Amino acid sequence: MIESLFPNVDWDSMWEATLETLYMTTISTLFTFIIGLALGILLFLTAPKQLWANKVVNWLTGAFVNVFRSIPFIILIILLIPLTLLLMGTIRGPNAALPALIIGSAPFYARMVLIALKEIDKGVIEAARSMGATTGTIIWKVLLPESKPALISGITVTAIALVGYTAMAGIIGAGGLGTLAFLDGFQRSREDVTLMATILILIIVFIIQYIGDLVTIKADKR
Amino acid sequence: MIELKKVTKKFDTGKAVLTAVDEVDLSISDGEIFGIIGYSGAGKSTLIRLLNGLEKPTSGTVEINGQTITAIKGGELRKARQKVSMIFQHFNLLWSRTVKENIEFPLEIAGVSKAQRGKRVQELIELVGLTGRENAYPSELSGGQKQRVGIARALANDPEVLLCDEATSALDPETTDAILDLLVDINKRLGLTIVLITHEMHVIRKICHRVAVMEGGRVVELGDVLNVFQSPKEEITKRFVAQVTDSGDSQETIKHLRELYPTGELVKLVFVGDQTEQPILTKLIRSHSVEVNIVQGNISHTQRGAYGTLILQLKGSAAEIEEALAFLRLEDVQAEVMDND
Repeated sequence: MIESLFPNVDWDSMWEATLETLYMTTISTLFTFIIGLALGILLFLTAPKQLWANKVVNWLTGAFVNVFRSIPFIILIILLIPLTLLLMGTIRGPNAALPALIIGSAPFYARMVLIALKEIDKGVIEAARSMGATTGTIIWKVLLPESKPALISGITVTAIALVGYTAMAGIIGAGGLGTLAFLDGFQRSREDVTLMATILILIIVFIIQYIGDLVTIKADKR
Repeated sequence: MIELKKVTKKFDTGKAVLTAVDEVDLSISDGEIFGIIGYSGAGKSTLIRLLNGLEKPTSGTVEINGQTITAIKGGELRKARQKVSMIFQHFNLLWSRTVKENIEFPLEIAGVSKAQRGKRVQELIELVGLTGRENAYPSELSGGQKQRVGIARALANDPEVLLCDEATSALDPETTDAILDLLVDINKRLGLTIVLITHEMHVIRKICHRVAVMEGGRVVELGDVLNVFQSPKEEITKRFVAQVTDSGDSQETIKHLRELYPTGELVKLVFVGDQTEQPILTKLIRSHSVEVNIVQGNISHTQRGAYGTLILQLKGSAAEIEEALAFLRLEDVQAEVMDND
């Protein structure tokens, strides 16, 4: 039945493309989380009246985040080709898509981290200071745990955006479901291939959203 | 011993310079419960934060038990803060941690081993009366219970000084009293110095030994709670005292009482300390022919003893009333005839 609905789908390559999409999404989400978190914390702590208040660092970080967040992803990929070549040794395949994916989405996530940290009651930070906590302790034991639900829902949104970016990266031959839908589906006029790739992307997105919501709810003790 | 010398704190708001604390000199003894009262904006929040170095003074020095808080920073200041802990109006608990874990937090900061932390937390939970709630999250607690966690957390590292930043202002009257009782209990049991700021005279009356009244960044009146209640000097102090005692001083009240009791003389008596326990009225009635009618009265209990006011209607001849007044003065009771103007 499925065979008759999707006559042109080569299931082996479809499965391979799915794995490539999952690979690109997972690795880039992981790095986006780490880099975005670091940038977000830096933005937060260097803001006026905060623990590391520093106008220059805050302005530079803010400018970096704003610039990379504003460049359309498809243009970013092209702009980053020299860097990709340097880092990965190639500009084709799933690995080649990673630098652009991470650099494109980490600033986006950094903004979300900043919003999450700003939501934390200033009183608890003051309480931690009054107990003699170091800034390191405040980051690990106050800022991160107290903003956990917002950090998780933020990375969920970012991961879903990343699934979309991997499909876009497919246009330049990154592999994954995007490449499959574009080359096998669109260019060879096999609508069923495009449709199947879309269905699989939707399933991936739904699963990410479901897990993200579940973890967010579990983390929130307020 | 806490010593503040000529402490001034100015904030540069960009447009103007605001003097939050203005040349304050204070000396607080060990084991004392010291209250600082003032309306919002009087500078008391800033003042209390100068004591643990959360704010740095523009000039002047703060010394706690021989250590100059204003001169140290970094690791030394963080170490000092473990001995000068603080509780807050809005409790400032970590919602992501259970009661037990919240109390454990300062112990983690101090580098106490896991086994010892568990033991200490149990002691503290018992001390503040939260047994059975160890694994609850703050969101599952009432305001009073949250403040108990705050107190347990503040006591974790055996501090010498406890700073209370409007600790009962977010609580209902009954809970306020329970928390205040707990603070007195801790003060007696652990010999801890308590410095509290508040805008409620009730808090001062109930637990403080001495009080400083702040206005516009300055300490305008300072003294033993009983003395301040008995004879407030500054206008602002009188207003705070009136919060808890309608002593019948206002023109309105006098006029109203006069209308209700048109005959005889209205006399206001002020009792302080031991006098409140003496049967002075009985003696007066037995030994004098004057007719005595109690119009209004109240007794307030402070940590330094009780004080009360009583308004009497005395009926009799002018000589009889004069004699009664002389008797009261002989018994060391402040007695004054309330004039009608």
